[in-house]
Amino acid sequence: MDREDIHRALRRMAHEIIERNEGRLSEVVVIGLQTGGAPMAEALVAALEEIDESAAPIDRGTIDVALYRDDIGLRPVMPEEVTAIPVDLTERIVVLVDDVLFTGRTIRAALDALTDFGRPRSVQLAVIVDRGHRELPIRPDYVGKNLPTRRDEVVDVSIDGVELGEMVK
Amino acid sequence: MADHDLVIVGGTVVDANGSRRADVGITDGVITAVGEGLTGGRTLEADGCVVGPGLVDLHAHLREPGQEEAETVETGARAAARGGFTAVVAMPNTTPAIDSAGIVREVQALGRDALCAVHPAAALTVGRKGEQLTPMAELAELGVRLFTDDGNGVQDDGLMRRAMEYATGLPQDVVLAQHCEVEDLMAGGHMHEGAWSSRLGIPGIPAAAEEVMVARDLALARLTGARVHFQHMSTAGSVELIRQAKAAGARATAEVAPHHLTLTDAEVGSFDPVFKVNPPLREQSDVDAVRAGLRDGTLDAVGTDHAPHTQEDKEKPFDSAPPGMLGLEYALAIVLTEVGLSIEQALAVLSWQPAAIARLSDEHGGPITEGRPANLCVIDPTVEWTVDPADTASRSRNNPYAGRPLTGRVRHTVYRGEPVVIDTEAQR
Amino acid sequence: MKHLLSIEDLGADGIDEILQLTDTFVEVSARPIARVPALRGKTVAFCFYEDSTRTRVSFETAAKRLSADTVNFSIAASSVNKGESVRDTVETICAMGVDGLVVRHQSSGVPWQITRWVDATVINAGDGWHEHPTQALLDAYTIRQELGSVEGRHIAIVGDVKHSRVARSNVAAFTALGAQVTLVAPPTLLPHRMDDWPVEVSHDLDGVLPKVDVVYLLRMQKERMTESLVPTLREYTAGYGLTRRRVDLLADDAVVMHPGPMNRGVEIAAEVADLPRAVVTNQVRNGVAVRMAVLYLLLGSGVDLKPEVVGG
Repeated sequence: MDREDIHRALRRMAHEIIERNEGRLSEVVVIGLQTGGAPMAEALVAALEEIDESAAPIDRGTIDVALYRDDIGLRPVMPEEVTAIPVDLTERIVVLVDDVLFTGRTIRAALDALTDFGRPRSVQLAVIVDRGHRELPIRPDYVGKNLPTRRDEVVDVSIDGVELGEMVK
Repeated sequence: MADHDLVIVGGTVVDANGSRRADVGITDGVITAVGEGLTGGRTLEADGCVVGPGLVDLHAHLREPGQEEAETVETGARAAARGGFTAVVAMPNTTPAIDSAGIVREVQALGRDALCAVHPAAALTVGRKGEQLTPMAELAELGVRLFTDDGNGVQDDGLMRRAMEYATGLPQDVVLAQHCEVEDLMAGGHMHEGAWSSRLGIPGIPAAAEEVMVARDLALARLTGARVHFQHMSTAGSVELIRQAKAAGARATAEVAPHHLTLTDAEVGSFDPVFKVNPPLREQSDVDAVRAGLRDGTLDAVGTDHAPHTQEDKEKPFDSAPPGMLGLEYALAIVLTEVGLSIEQALAVLSWQPAAIARLSDEHGGPITEGRPANLCVIDPTVEWTVDPADTASRSRNNPYAGRPLTGRVRHTVYRGEPVVIDTEAQR
Repeated sequence: MKHLLSIEDLGADGIDEILQLTDTFVEVSARPIARVPALRGKTVAFCFYEDSTRTRVSFETAAKRLSADTVNFSIAASSVNKGESVRDTVETICAMGVDGLVVRHQSSGVPWQITRWVDATVINAGDGWHEHPTQALLDAYTIRQELGSVEGRHIAIVGDVKHSRVARSNVAAFTALGAQVTLVAPPTLLPHRMDDWPVEVSHDLDGVLPKVDVVYLLRMQKERMTESLVPTLREYTAGYGLTRRRVDLLADDAVVMHPGPMNRGVEIAAEVADLPRAVVTNQVRNGVAVRMAVLYLLLGSGVDLKPEVVGG
């Protein structure tokens, strides 16, 4: 996927979000997972506000889920950014945004983290790339692209595109 | 030629008269020959070694009576013998203090079968409380020659003067020894007052706490004519005071401990109470000054201030732990390795000079000649060894030299003609 | 680096790392549910030989917000344990399965001794007059929060420096971060030898106040009078207290700090303590977040701040 592909995918996902949450766009809060999901969430919010100007401004935030991860103690884990969720999430529709969906463990941690900010009416998941290899029962609501990969491959997603690489042993 | 009971062969005999290659023959506790090609019933190998008079420690804490978990007269004497000592002056800060005839006799009895001679010192004041003089004449009759409240200095100036005056009237030639520390200046301190105490936040003991009492006692000795001995001198200022006093003709003598010749207050940075001692480890300039004082004769002797403490006591928080460290088995090696004295100089400050101060020269420290009591040590001056805290005869392990590489060690010790230590092993 | 015993061990990088992590925990502490599961399953024991509700509660709150289990041994209050050796006590505590041991003791060096006896991570919550590292960290964080940075600031530490572990840790932390530090106290309340301390010393508080960005006041204890360290408390306040008159000498942006508890009327006038520029409550609030950062770093993160510092 190149830059154009990413842009097209984001717009398509924005349309899907609007369609699915018809009439309730004002209840939507878009939250990007640090650090890969944050720029994606920004781009998604920009797309949403462009398509439906009446819904702007859309509430948004970022969340660093390091402290909720299940591999604390197994490997070095450090928060990289300070979480910023400026609204009470109670009864809101949270759209979680991440760049890559892989085992699902990060999203599980994010769901745990979100409950400390209120009780959302629902949580929907938007990812730019679903690379497979789920280890938990987590599924995305909005996907930019399905990209089957080997376990040992590395997937790097940014606004400029998607790159596949080999894991450095 | 008669066979001797014991011969020491192959060594170089060193005493106050000089050094010469010679074997030594011993029979019935007495030196019976000094010469070449001696033979005897038992042989001690002394190839490449120095045969000198047994060392004399003016200052060891044997902890009996009352503190036997840390050390006993038996174990302390064994450690002393391993360190080359054939005589030890036992400090009186026991429980109860050695301040009466009964306790003096008790310690003398405990020492009768020991591996070295044990000469109890007696307290200057009853209970070491600094208020009332002990019966010095009675105790001197029993053989006590050194009086000290060691552990503490005598704080009352008037009382110290009286003690000195009284001592000069005794028929025996006794010496008053002082642990110089002015308690008001110690101000609850637990280490040397200096850059390190400031950094570590541990209350400090200024050098002045020692120097003020040294100056006082020098003045009182001048006033009364008493013979005064200064214990464990640790500061540059103290050394200078004594140097000047001696130049002016004072009868004072002084000793220094091995730890003050080697270690500084920087050791306390580990917060290990093994490094807590009174007087405290000082700064490098003080270590340099006491070394110079030992070399130039200002300080007459090395006294170990061997102060055993149980592991539990030395694991207490630094300011609660009792002060003191082991020393009997390391004093000679420290003096040879760290201060760089020649073997003759080392024997002077560890053997015949302390023997003279303690008035033990008849039996110890004396020239190695026919007819003298056989109290000897055999020293290997070049052997390299590393201090292993577990390799000790002491009951305690508060050893500040753990892991330290040293050169020179006592190999054998002969006490009253009996080889009590052979190849660093105590024989009983 | 397994333990937090002193600021010296941390160095500027270590301090920076902790302060940065503190931002995360400030945010966590501001949430409606101020809790993260990061230290779930870990046990933190508090071994306080010296009475200190404030520090202990701050550490306990920090541990609980990280979902750790806490166990409390207030030895100061418990007569049962008084005869027991420190070694026996901490070995017993750690035998119950403890990951972190937070220790406060009236004797300098006890936390270092403890690291020789147990496997747990040891955090120094104050040892004698020696160090109080988490206090220095929260003070540095507060200065950054108020003034943007510690580097380049001029900080006056006023009062009984000689007997203060807060002062020693603060001098180490502030100078490591590039601040200029001036100690202001009468000679009897300064450490004996400071030739290798990277500070200036003054006995003239009025002269120092206009030049500084931070006035850090130390607690003046009444016991110092009986030791003849100051003739009277009144004389101390006259010379070194932050009175209403003296506050006016300060630059507009300068802040006033204190480790608490304050002796109103002695080192700080009552009205001065209530001024907006006195940020003592911020210090307390930041204290929990800083301690969360320290606990997480040492017990959960798996990150070794200073691999070259063996053990301590």
